[in-house]
Amino acid sequence: MKVLVAVKRVVDYNVKVRAKADGSDVELNNVKMSINPFCEIAVEEAVRLKEKGVATEVIAVSVGATQSQEQIRTALALGADRGILVEADGRLEPLAIAKCLKAIVDKEQPQLVLLGKQAIDGDNNQTGQMLAALMGAGQATFASELVIEGDSAKVTREVDGGLQTLALTLPAVVTTDLRLNEPRYASLPNIMKAKKKPLDVTNAAELGVDVAPRTEQLSVEPPAERAAGIKVADVGELLDKLKNEAKVI
Amino acid sequence: MSVLILAEHDNATLNAATLNAVTAALQIDSSVDILVAGNGCQGAADSAAQVAGIGKVLVADNAAYDHALAEAVAPLVAELAANYSHVIASATTTGKNVLPRVGALLDVQPISDISAVIDASTFKRPVYAGNVIATVKSNDAIKVLTVRGTAFDAAPATGGSAAVEAVGAAHASATSSFVGEEVAKSDRPDLTAAGIVVSGGRGMGNGENFEMLYSIADKLGAAVGASRAAVDAGFVPNDMQVGQTGKIVAPDLYIAVGISGAIQHLAGMKDSKVIAAINKDEEAPIFSVADYGLVADLFQALPEFESGL
Repeated sequence: MKVLVAVKRVVDYNVKVRAKADGSDVELNNVKMSINPFCEIAVEEAVRLKEKGVATEVIAVSVGATQSQEQIRTALALGADRGILVEADGRLEPLAIAKCLKAIVDKEQPQLVLLGKQAIDGDNNQTGQMLAALMGAGQATFASELVIEGDSAKVTREVDGGLQTLALTLPAVVTTDLRLNEPRYASLPNIMKAKKKPLDVTNAAELGVDVAPRTEQLSVEPPAERAAGIKVADVGELLDKLKNEAKVI
Repeated sequence: MSVLILAEHDNATLNAATLNAVTAALQIDSSVDILVAGNGCQGAADSAAQVAGIGKVLVADNAAYDHALAEAVAPLVAELAANYSHVIASATTTGKNVLPRVGALLDVQPISDISAVIDASTFKRPVYAGNVIATVKSNDAIKVLTVRGTAFDAAPATGGSAAVEAVGAAHASATSSFVGEEVAKSDRPDLTAAGIVVSGGRGMGNGENFEMLYSIADKLGAAVGASRAAVDAGFVPNDMQVGQTGKIVAPDLYIAVGISGAIQHLAGMKDSKVIAAINKDEEAPIFSVADYGLVADLFQALPEFESGL
């Protein structure tokens, strides 16, 4: 069974992102970029499926600028077999990315597509669901457990208030939540080996996908600041303030 | 222009988050209909009809819509969307699961998690874990939106008398089926609806120590939450996580215990009316948003706090 994993190049999760002074966009010059943490969990899950003998090949695909090759190499170092970059510039929206991924799915015919539940830049939480719709396939978002049984996938999802388990007919789309697994660290030999793994580059136009944005980002601004309050000396004062000043308990 | 809201419900009653979505919808246009798709969902449809400001309740009552499978509900919503300018759902796990699928079926780029309505096409939404608020304009013919519940007041649950109308042929899911669910059993209020939330972070040390928070929560009638660090460390389940990638809460009182205050966490709770923080590190970022900060060892402070209630 072939598994396709989508990876996205995003600002590293340790970077504190700020709006540019003119409010046109966020400041992304000279900031560290990394693989989106939820995508890393998706790669790990795909590699584990291969190690269990369930998956035969793991293909890492990214849609984005040329530099996204770095994140594909990261996925290859974690154990993916080969990579595909769909080159596209500008502000890429989830719908455009889902269409590019659909074109790759048509070519590669994977039985399972794994994605992160959301990217930590746009926080959209859309691409997997949209890809599933375009494929006419079943979807399981926010996965915390994934078991492949023959031609179906049993997926436990983290939903508000608990867990839900679905059975999906393959091919299917699964998006990962935090607790699905703990991604490994790439070893140095694996990082070296990853440099020699195949990485094909195509682009959105070649795939016949229109990636023109449907929305405009008019401005960005810092969130409203919440003023710091006071420090209280002890538990007694804290209780007193909550009861008599804030009147919330 | 008119707005269609996809209701979230358990067939018997409407989920409280839907009332926040109603308020957002009414800020866009005064003509707001609500879709209740479920299995034996007359109860939910009746409560939707009483919500103030609703024009019409559309009911799709069919076994196909049980458990709100995205593969079944999305085609129904996409079909009905032809009569509307906007399709809206709450940014809950159900809304986030279904609406992007609707967007793709309509060839529309949805806008997730809106926190303000500027005009009928322009919305604000938090991005980069809440570090930045973006103002985004949609150029699609139909706007597909999910709504951050804490950013909008709940619409009155009663006072309306909308007409109830049955709609749509069933779109059963051919690619997915419901196997089972494990609903977290708790006598405490729901995290996103609770008036008081007590949350613990990595400083709690382990899952057993959360018992201290549970007993305080029970005295206060509060819900218990956790930071992502505490969830990652395996102290508590993921459904307790408060933060940008977890639940967004805005209670009257939020008590953060042993939580340093990573931006990821702050994004999920900083709209709380009153924030109290207990942390032994006086430099912890949580103090920069706390109305009342106590620099103390939580293992001494919590028992004292509980006995003082």
